[in-house]
Amino acid sequence: MSTDDRSAIREPLTGTLIFERGAPESRCVEAPPLDVPAVSLAEALGGRVRTEPPALPHVTEVDIARHYERLASANFGVDSGFYPLGSCTMKYNPKVDEWACRLPGFAGIHPYQPESTVQGALELMWGLQEALAEVAGLPAVTLQPAAGAHGELTGLLAIRAYHTANGNPRTRVLVPDSAHGTNPATVAMCGYEAVVVPSDARGGVDVAALERLLDTDVAAIMLTNPNTLGLFDENILAITGAVHGVGALAYCDGANLNAILGKSRPGDAGFDVMHINLHKTFGTPHGGGGPGAGPVAVTAALAPYLPGPRVERTAGGTFTLVTPERSIGRVRSFLGNFGVLVRAYTYIRALGGTGLTEVAEQAVLSANYLKELLRDVWPLAYDRVCKHEFVLSGGALRKAYGVRTLDVAKRLLDYGYHPPTVYFPLIVDEALMIEPTETEGKATLDRFAEVMRAIAAEAEADPELLHGAPYTTPVRRLDEAAAVKHPDLAWRPPEEAGA
Amino acid sequence: MRFVPVTCEEQVEMLERVGADTVDELFADVPEAARLSRPLDLPAPMGEVELAAHVSGLAGRNVDAGRIVSFLGGGCYDHYVPAIVDAVVSKPAFFTAYTPYQAEVSQGTLQAVYEYQSMICALTGMEVSNASMYDGATAFAEAALMAARVTRRLRVVVSRTVHPEWRETLATYVEAGLLEVTEVDSAGGVSDAGALAAALGTDAAALMVASPTYFGTLEDLAALGAIAHDAGALFVVGTNPILLGVMEPPSVYSADIVVGEGQPLGSPMSFGGPGLGIFACRQEHVRQMPGRLVGRTTDVDGRTGFVLTFSTREQHIRREKATSNICSNHALNALAAGVYLAAVGREGLAGIGEACIAKAHHLEASLVAGGRFERVFGAPFAHEFTLRYLGDVAAMQASMLDRGFLAGLDLARVSGSAGGSASHDGLVLFAVTEKRTRAELDRFAEEVSSL
Amino acid sequence: MYPKDLKYDREHEWVRLDGDVATIGISHFAQDQLGEVVYVDLPAAGDTLAAGDSFGEVESVKSVSELFCPVTGEIVEVNDALSDAPEVVNEDPYGEGWMIKVKLADTSEVDGLMDADGYEAFLAEDE
Repeated sequence: MSTDDRSAIREPLTGTLIFERGAPESRCVEAPPLDVPAVSLAEALGGRVRTEPPALPHVTEVDIARHYERLASANFGVDSGFYPLGSCTMKYNPKVDEWACRLPGFAGIHPYQPESTVQGALELMWGLQEALAEVAGLPAVTLQPAAGAHGELTGLLAIRAYHTANGNPRTRVLVPDSAHGTNPATVAMCGYEAVVVPSDARGGVDVAALERLLDTDVAAIMLTNPNTLGLFDENILAITGAVHGVGALAYCDGANLNAILGKSRPGDAGFDVMHINLHKTFGTPHGGGGPGAGPVAVTAALAPYLPGPRVERTAGGTFTLVTPERSIGRVRSFLGNFGVLVRAYTYIRALGGTGLTEVAEQAVLSANYLKELLRDVWPLAYDRVCKHEFVLSGGALRKAYGVRTLDVAKRLLDYGYHPPTVYFPLIVDEALMIEPTETEGKATLDRFAEVMRAIAAEAEADPELLHGAPYTTPVRRLDEAAAVKHPDLAWRPPEEAGA
Repeated sequence: MRFVPVTCEEQVEMLERVGADTVDELFADVPEAARLSRPLDLPAPMGEVELAAHVSGLAGRNVDAGRIVSFLGGGCYDHYVPAIVDAVVSKPAFFTAYTPYQAEVSQGTLQAVYEYQSMICALTGMEVSNASMYDGATAFAEAALMAARVTRRLRVVVSRTVHPEWRETLATYVEAGLLEVTEVDSAGGVSDAGALAAALGTDAAALMVASPTYFGTLEDLAALGAIAHDAGALFVVGTNPILLGVMEPPSVYSADIVVGEGQPLGSPMSFGGPGLGIFACRQEHVRQMPGRLVGRTTDVDGRTGFVLTFSTREQHIRREKATSNICSNHALNALAAGVYLAAVGREGLAGIGEACIAKAHHLEASLVAGGRFERVFGAPFAHEFTLRYLGDVAAMQASMLDRGFLAGLDLARVSGSAGGSASHDGLVLFAVTEKRTRAELDRFAEEVSSL
Repeated sequence: MYPKDLKYDREHEWVRLDGDVATIGISHFAQDQLGEVVYVDLPAAGDTLAAGDSFGEVESVKSVSELFCPVTGEIVEVNDALSDAPEVVNEDPYGEGWMIKVKLADTSEVDGLMDADGYEAFLAEDE
């Protein structure tokens, strides 16, 4: 099967670079005319003058507008369709959030302005700190980390500082075998050894195995709860209790917070630290890879170690920046991804507590519903009530027809869906992790299930079809091996490339 | 506001299919003690009309750059962002998109990032750029970690002319003992080459500097690069990309890694974030480079396509052996930078650079001539400069605020001595961008000189 | 798939002994698991290795595996051809896909490794 020949006469949407458009005389935005005396650059800069201009495009605004519109047309976003991506919480991004962060009073302020001139911004940050603390069940929040992984680093460094202040940083951090790759990577960056804790038959932490691994050399356990299988660990209190029993701390990777908003709070389940992914749970856009934000919430005992500055409210009702007295130090410049914080704050004020609780309830109902629609064709990794996501195994399909989860994912693209998360968690064979989120309608879920069943039927009838998918996307499967063996990571101007 | 499209009727249908009577049954496996049995204590929900009023109210209580003349810099700058930039960045197909792991439906993001990488290479003169990092400070910290991996040495030497927040971020990153950091005082507002050479010894992984420095001064990168390489260390240079249309790129001085804050390229100040961490290095070191990377290849039909590549460096594969735990890039800010650089082009960027530099020099001369500021450093500067105010800085800034000016950065207040031995008392850092008019510059100089 | 004249270890490396020089590579199973090999990171000749030491990494697009040395000795030769053509590891894992040659201190070390039948049995029990 090949792409529609009728479209072969049309210029592809992508492939031609911005550098290859326009003409040498093309211009778009010019510098304003100089209203001060010109200076000799060589004199002003003490030499250091660039001899060859940088090889940037020569394009008009029309060229730019068309170029990026074509690129956008080749891109799939939440506004294009359904993303059942487990652990990513690809919910709808409200446009009022976009309007909010672009207000000049937010976009046009400098982080070093006197506090009296940015009280609105500080109040927003304080309000967000308070809201996240309430949702997490942990009183002290830093908004500084720029992403979830950054939040993990921050949280684990705070844990390390806490232990160091108590005389011994300890050496190990426990991580379940179902953990996201950032967890062990973060553990290594914090100078700890990652020790794997196995899961039990129910998909939760194997408590007996955990207890055997716990000793006073363990600094912390890093858990996601609900975990990466979409399962809430019924033994969570026993687990955090056992961890505290050896003087260690419990870290919650908040990637799956969408499942428990208003229903359960990690702080109440015994966690001491958690990071929150604003770009997941609080609907800020993924942006094609970022920016996100990864605020960290901690117990009062860990509050002094947070990065600073944080926002505090004074007795007089104004807002000010304060650095905690035993802060681990800052983890980035300035205060945080403020533009993302504005979006999350706006989202939280829109929904309120009742709205957030409804989010979790619908997310969980939708996941369980979709699970029922698929389970007879796609074996469940764990047959239990799930939370906001569930994991299917494509192992049976592979054995029976030689069709891998990868092929199924690529075929879904032809049907107009973004595939679920695939091959994660590592403990499930040919894993498909599906998270519908609360912003999808029932009709979307029904149709998605139909499509998945159709693909399973295709796997049986014509496995070759799936091996070659996708067929109707702007490009088909790409030669990733060549991309590594013959790297082409930047365009070079023709004269340079020839040299 | 609500974004849940499922109707009450549909919920009943779904519950039936699931075999539960209520949604709460689906939370039965949450232990009692971990269940929240009261509503969340948050302000009541709002519809869009009230919400917009509330948020506008908060925004309205900030004095933004449209309402005051700003000379603030120090890593975040008030540059003009062309309208086409936001028009592109606001396209839902870009901003609501996920990370481009499924390349076949993400060619828009991937090609835009490839173009961004190419433009950063063009600006910095380096062979390869990653898809961006969170900001200049974290890019700086990651550069130290990369230098350690490449050289297998465990110490870096950092000049105190580098932005204090970058140095503090690095210090936090290495708190766990991954690396040792030796900081060296500046001399005359620039790096002290002799002291740096001594500090490098024979076991340093990198010499880390920035030009312009935190004070706005320009370094002697030729001398510093030579010192680094003589010691077998990598030469890590921080830069401000807005100047690279007219100023020599760090590659001219054999930089091994170039980092920078890319906010000036098409991102609003936004109270300091999100920014854009620029990170570029030599091709030979690409396997040790952190962050995402987009490569160009072909698909099964021979079409040109783009894909995330060299993924085995990253956390989702390497796990504890990853080059970094970083999972994301600032793709949207990188997109903005690409559009910005395409919109201004090489001539526009050069013109903007010249305007910033000429206006800064005009202001500097006026302030010194006005008699209330004196020069402290002899080194040349581009569009940021430090002067000593001959009076009470806080009082001066308060008065000028009343007159509609953000009169630079009080370095003693913002960064103390930034860990160095020399005090920053009385030092004020001014940044001048292409947006500052002659009238604004002259009025400021006149009024501040008459306080 | 598993030549009889070779020995194998549990990390899926094979050894061919010629006098006191052992040639080492990865087995058919290993290359099949990896998928198309895009990069092989090998040490330098002159380095010494102890049995069980990691001597490098082999990468495919989506995964990376450490290489473990089954024997003890000094590396006398490294297959530089793999840097230009890493896919040879897939095409000819026991021939042109060899990775390093190690001069053994004690050739009897090889006796402790699995023979072809033993290795195939080992693979079967993992299934």
